[in-house]
Amino acid sequence: MNNMNSSISIQNLDLAFGSVEVINDLNLEVHDGEFLVLLGSSGCGKSTLLNCIAGLLDINDGQIHIKGKNVTWEEPKDRGIGMVFQSYALYPQMTVKGNLSFGLKNAKFSKKEIESRIAHAANVLQIEPLLKRKPAHLSGGQRQRVAIGRALVRDVDVFLFDEPLSNLDAKLRADLRVEIKRLHKRLQNTMVYVTHDQVEAMTLASRIAIMRAGAIVQLDEPHNIYNKPLNRFVAEFIGSPSMNFIEGNLTDGETPHFAFDNLQVPLQAYPFDGKGRMSGPATLGIRPEHIVTGAALTEVPWSTTVEVDVIEPMGSDTLIWSKISDQDFRFRVDGQSTLRAGDSVEIGFDPAKICVFDAESDLRL
Amino acid sequence: MNTKTARLSSQQPSGPKPKPLFSRHNVFLYGTLFIVAMYYALPLYVMIVTSLKGMPEIRVGNIFSPPMEITFQPWVTAWSEACTGLNCDGLSRGFWNSVKITIPSVILSIAISSINGYALANWRFKGANLFFTILIFGAFIPYQVIIYPLVIILREINLYGSLAGLVLVHTIFGMPILTLLFRNYFSSLPEELFKAARIDGAGFWGIFFKVMLPMSMPIFVVAMILQITGIWNDFLFGIIYTKPETYPMTVQLNNIVNSVQGVKEYNVNMAATILTGLVPLTIYFISGKLFVRGIAAGAVKG
Ligand SMILES: Nc1ncnc2c1ncn2[C@@H]1O[C@H](COP(=O)(O)OP(=O)(O)O)[C@@H](O)[C@H]1O
Ligand SMILES: [Mg+2]
Repeated sequence: MNNMNSSISIQNLDLAFGSVEVINDLNLEVHDGEFLVLLGSSGCGKSTLLNCIAGLLDINDGQIHIKGKNVTWEEPKDRGIGMVFQSYALYPQMTVKGNLSFGLKNAKFSKKEIESRIAHAANVLQIEPLLKRKPAHLSGGQRQRVAIGRALVRDVDVFLFDEPLSNLDAKLRADLRVEIKRLHKRLQNTMVYVTHDQVEAMTLASRIAIMRAGAIVQLDEPHNIYNKPLNRFVAEFIGSPSMNFIEGNLTDGETPHFAFDNLQVPLQAYPFDGKGRMSGPATLGIRPEHIVTGAALTEVPWSTTVEVDVIEPMGSDTLIWSKISDQDFRFRVDGQSTLRAGDSVEIGFDPAKICVFDAESDLRL
Repeated sequence: MNTKTARLSSQQPSGPKPKPLFSRHNVFLYGTLFIVAMYYALPLYVMIVTSLKGMPEIRVGNIFSPPMEITFQPWVTAWSEACTGLNCDGLSRGFWNSVKITIPSVILSIAISSINGYALANWRFKGANLFFTILIFGAFIPYQVIIYPLVIILREINLYGSLAGLVLVHTIFGMPILTLLFRNYFSSLPEELFKAARIDGAGFWGIFFKVMLPMSMPIFVVAMILQITGIWNDFLFGIIYTKPETYPMTVQLNNIVNSVQGVKEYNVNMAATILTGLVPLTIYFISGKLFVRGIAAGAVKG
């Protein structure tokens, strides 16, 4: 049941707060050395799941294995995990050094061992000059580094992060994100990382688990999550600005088509998974960045003309809002584009890059 | 003329809005505050000046006039000579009784309640809600209902009339409100800190002493102020659960002031009253600021 390279294995996990079911029959295998990101909107149960892994919540049913050992009834300290919280959760009355050594002292390590571990962690995280300071005298980024250090000194197999960057400003967040990625590269241990930020998820993850209402909707590599979302929810959740959707009909026949508003999009190039039906009401999804204009139109088999409604220049590129069959339709053009509101513009896309969803089940076809 | 004055002289609003000192708002606000302050300060003034006068001067009857000849004899009498019943050693006996009652009661009640509050806030043990409900219910039971049963209980365990018995009573009666106070304070501390400490392997006591206590000084100060003043000022339990040798200061003060024998020595009575009130008064003066801060900190979250 426990395959050897599984670091965390969660089986049939149930958790409820009183009568409120938060997690229901959840299964998850995290591979050894993997960086797994739990991604979902606020309140979907990400922190709850992480707390279950850490042993901070008593679960209602199921089992949790870490490194092949059943830890379902173990205390948090005995699970071989370190955890980093959004609010840093540093002990305010202790110095940085006190914060780092607290867990080691509780575990009754020798003075020498504690010193050497702190020295090592401080070196890795470059917080040596801060060791004598209290958390109140640190910046947000430094605090979070110390919090990571507190997990690091424990020398554990599994790191748990609960939105560690959410309290930082944008610049620091980007910096620390890369640092966490470097840390993972260097330590090669298992990391489970909770976030609601898709950029963090896409950039850090070996695999992303998209969560909704206490369940994992899709678990896959970032590339597949982005290009082959299992359903409309995932498609909409990932990508910013988010995917455009057009309601229409799928027609089978010699060559499959997606029809809406008297228009027909040929789908020969679309990689149908073959399991769903091939005709009937459907939704076409296309990402704003996959829409082409101008010279590139010659390379795509289909195009149409839309009117520019609103222009949002972002510097590197410009987002254009328009309408297709009365629904908002966004696409990206070059940042130097001279389009103005009211202009007509010809757009097209490669059917290989779209997603087609069943209009009833919202599943990808 | 430089630019600054040029701007000022023009009638355009610029810079901070001028606030007239004697606006109607200010006059009303500070007037009210002044009257209320006088209302409380005047009796204190009368007490102090009276306690420094000799009896002949008091008989003249002008209670607001300052003493013509300052004497500290009334204070000495009140402290060490005034008679209550058979004892003529003044309030000093009651003072030391009160000290012996207050210190252990305060320490015990705060120690127990803080641990209760911590357990209720952070370790949601089975039956925690029921326990908490019972405790809160206890805070609303009128004292009168419990007084006599408690007399019997204390008598049965041989503590009736002793200082230890009274300490026990104060400790128990302080628990509901203090537990509520501590529970609310501990729930207002970030939960993630508690989680981090658990992952760091600290246990029930480790987290309490090393993580929670160092962050909780304000609320401990609040609890101490509440308990010291409450227990020091207590009269009801003092008179019921002790006997003359172990009367607390408040009961003794009452006996001095209300003694029916001889002439009423107003100056001694005033001095005795001030002496008795000195402890809570000092506490308020020292810690007024901390008190307000602690109450505010505890009230933020439920
Ligand atoms: N201690 C708790 N008691 C009751 N409900 C809770 C508690 N903690 C979380 N919840 C509920 O569980 C759900 C999931 O919460 P959480 O795991 O914190 O979400 P996320 O971390 O994904 O934002 C939310 O609906 C939240 O209201
Ligand atoms: Mg969360």
